[in-house]
Amino acid sequence: MNKNDKLRERLAPWVAVLALVAIWEVSVRLLQVPEFIFPSASATAQALVTFAGPIGMHSWQTLWTTLAGFALGVAVGLALGFVIGSSRFLYHACYPLLVGFNAIPKVAFVPILVVWFGIGSVPAILTAFLICFFPIVVNVATGLATLEPEMEDVLRVLGARRIDVLLKVGLPRSLPYFFASLKIAITLAFVGTVVSETVASNQGIGYLMMSAGSQMRMALVFAGLIVISAMAMVMYELFALLEKRMTGWAHRGQR
Amino acid sequence: MADSTPFVDFDRVSLAYDDSGNAIEDISLSIREGEFVAFVGPSGCGKSTFMKLCTGLHAPTAGSVQVDGAAVGGPLKNCGMAFQSANLLPWRTTLDNVLLPLEIVKPYRSQFRKRRAEFVGWARDLLRTVGLEGYEDQYPWQLSGGMQQRASICRALIHRPRLLMLDEPFGALDAFTREELWCVLRDLWEAQRFTVVLVTHDLREAAFLADTVYVMSRRPGRIIERREIDLPRPRELAVTYEKPFIDLVQQLRNLIGDIRSA
Repeated sequence: MNKNDKLRERLAPWVAVLALVAIWEVSVRLLQVPEFIFPSASATAQALVTFAGPIGMHSWQTLWTTLAGFALGVAVGLALGFVIGSSRFLYHACYPLLVGFNAIPKVAFVPILVVWFGIGSVPAILTAFLICFFPIVVNVATGLATLEPEMEDVLRVLGARRIDVLLKVGLPRSLPYFFASLKIAITLAFVGTVVSETVASNQGIGYLMMSAGSQMRMALVFAGLIVISAMAMVMYELFALLEKRMTGWAHRGQR
Repeated sequence: MADSTPFVDFDRVSLAYDDSGNAIEDISLSIREGEFVAFVGPSGCGKSTFMKLCTGLHAPTAGSVQVDGAAVGGPLKNCGMAFQSANLLPWRTTLDNVLLPLEIVKPYRSQFRKRRAEFVGWARDLLRTVGLEGYEDQYPWQLSGGMQQRASICRALIHRPRLLMLDEPFGALDAFTREELWCVLRDLWEAQRFTVVLVTHDLREAAFLADTVYVMSRRPGRIIERREIDLPRPRELAVTYEKPFIDLVQQLRNLIGDIRSA
């Protein structure tokens, strides 16, 4: 691939974004859609600037609750994944339970969390946690459970204990799975926080969108949407970068 | 090295994994310390099961296994092992892969930090003898299949085990690389005289490398022939094109043919 192609490849996503914004702006203007139904791109940008202060405050609320829930999810997901993945028995015992739990729409937990913890940051953090720990558990457990039996034999006849096998082989081996799951988990965590904020909070982007929507200020609602997706994208890219740095050996084919 | 006391001793050993019958049956044999033995037989005859019993990864359902004068009750603690797939860890360099056993085997594991420089020296020496000098810092996936297998053999030997188990280690290699690695293994063995149990499909491989070849029957695996290979050592590859060697391989081949058609 020559330099020109590379440059084009890097610019392509930005061009796509610009194209989408242009289509949005042009079609709203041509069709003369009223702003309280579907605001134009320029009206949304206007709202972003006008309400920069409140948007910033609510974004910060959403960001930190998401990150708190995500951190909790990583800690619990890692621990649970490690335990389940390192024992065949526990793997078989817990897997159906986990799948069943994951099938429950997490928004159904919010009313329960509100009863327990009241309105505010705590339900948002916990919803983010509940929604994001599952992929981490599954990935870490799978990484550990799919250890090659030959490798295990090699180590066992050296006198390795179970914990040696896990630390020397199982854990490093499951790292690519772990980092891949972080990318999914962080975007899910945003979903959890915002869902909780729309029902049970007076802070955060979810709340902002809810209250702006009830006042028919659709430009502000769309501004909220854009801020959430921007935050989620930045976090995703951050973890994608981390994944590449930490587990380059697992992505050797893509160089 | 007294020939009278066997290093590995199987006394009427059978193993059944489940109710479907014995995987191997009524095996009695003894292996001297420093002996190179090979097991050949049709596929599914329990050659790999024999290895699992010998290393204590499986307990026999009948009979007893002794290694170095003690009954085998669980996995051995200081045994080298290599398989058809090299099974190197992709996140470790070749050198670090070879060092892995020293991080696990007693007494080296507790000395690993302190004596690391010395251990690295051992690993480099060993890698040099198998022709991997200059590849120490490469990752396994940057090596060819033959080179990975060389590294795998180094990993099996770095902690200077007295017993080396090889389960079709050259099975996935091309003919030329395979013969090259026969010679590598022969030289390592000539120099260190560890005890080797080699499981293979390749009769030429068995005859070229081993002191004693055991032929196993179809499942349930029994030993139907014990053949001492009295070709003089050190053996050169040229031996394999001479009449005594060819006759020997042919006899073994006929035995296996009889088993398969029986």
